[in-house]
Amino acid sequence: MATIKVGMADLNICKGSDMITTLGLGSCIGIAIYDPVTKVGGLAHIMLPDSTQMRNNSNIAKFADTGIEELVKRMIAAGANRRRLVAKIAGGAKMFEVSGLSTIGNVGERNAQASKAKLKQMGIPLLAEDTGSNYGRTVELYPSTGEFYIKAVGKILKII
Amino acid sequence: MAKFSLDQVNEMYFDVLKEIGNIGAGNATTAISNMLNLKVDMEVPKVAFLTFQELPTAISTEEETVVGIYLEVESDIGGSMMFLLKMKSAHYLVNHLMGRPDDYAEDFNEMDLSAIKEIGNIISGSYLSALSTMTNMTITSSVPYLAIDMAGAILSVPAIQFGQYGDKALLIQTEFGDEVKIQGFFILMPDVDSYDKILTSLGIAL
Repeated sequence: MATIKVGMADLNICKGSDMITTLGLGSCIGIAIYDPVTKVGGLAHIMLPDSTQMRNNSNIAKFADTGIEELVKRMIAAGANRRRLVAKIAGGAKMFEVSGLSTIGNVGERNAQASKAKLKQMGIPLLAEDTGSNYGRTVELYPSTGEFYIKAVGKILKII
Repeated sequence: MAKFSLDQVNEMYFDVLKEIGNIGAGNATTAISNMLNLKVDMEVPKVAFLTFQELPTAISTEEETVVGIYLEVESDIGGSMMFLLKMKSAHYLVNHLMGRPDDYAEDFNEMDLSAIKEIGNIISGSYLSALSTMTNMTITSSVPYLAIDMAGAILSVPAIQFGQYGDKALLIQTEFGDEVKIQGFFILMPDVDSYDKILTSLGIAL
């Protein structure tokens, strides 16, 4: 059983009994997608909601829209069936209680909304989510069971 | 659209940041020294230009709990700044301020948290006044906001700011210390248009 680590603005896939993880999600979103039959799983750690709003958008894993598209493409290439894919997401916290309308204040929420909108557009059902609030999360996806572990400082392990 | 792209950052801008880091850390050292009534020395700050993957691990592991203090930058330039302290350093500073033994490591209470905010405020102010002096601009900051959480989660905030115009972030690392080293990390995040203003006022051609 191998552990595959996904960094910030990064994505990767894993299979069978392997586990895929990303550490310390803040306002970013961890998007976990898996195929329950072939046990192909994928995880993207996106930072920003929309690549079309940015001039510098060459890093496709950085954005919800392009990140999810690329992740699904890689999963299908690894044997996943497009129609069976399901998703779970976590993250999108507001790390600092910044007042006002600064872009950073609600970027977590916008990331969560954009991720859900993209999944919906691609017809991938969102089975569960743990987003928002004000704390960081480490997530682990086990594609063999579809379980998505969420760990936070001073909180009990949550499995969605 | 702003002309600046962080991925084209040049040597000279690096040197300027290092100098801001130097002067800022110098100011901060004096302030901390006065506040704690301690002799505090400072090491030469290191400036690093890091990818998002490298950023959390330059400070600690992604999951190590750290203290983050965040302020919005206002007036002539807009943006934000962040100061990060390792837990050990934060405990050390608070213990000194509260007159507790050095090895006291209980969870921070309300009073401790305000003390940390104030320390963050003083340190951040030291850097901002260095930047203000060098650029001849008026720079003010908001009240400090505090988070104690996983390094990766706290660093997602500056990473997202930088992520809007590049794939790397600038980190200024400072070490203060007497018998115990205090490790602090400073990240300045001007918004895109403010980069141009800063560089222009420093006489750096884009």
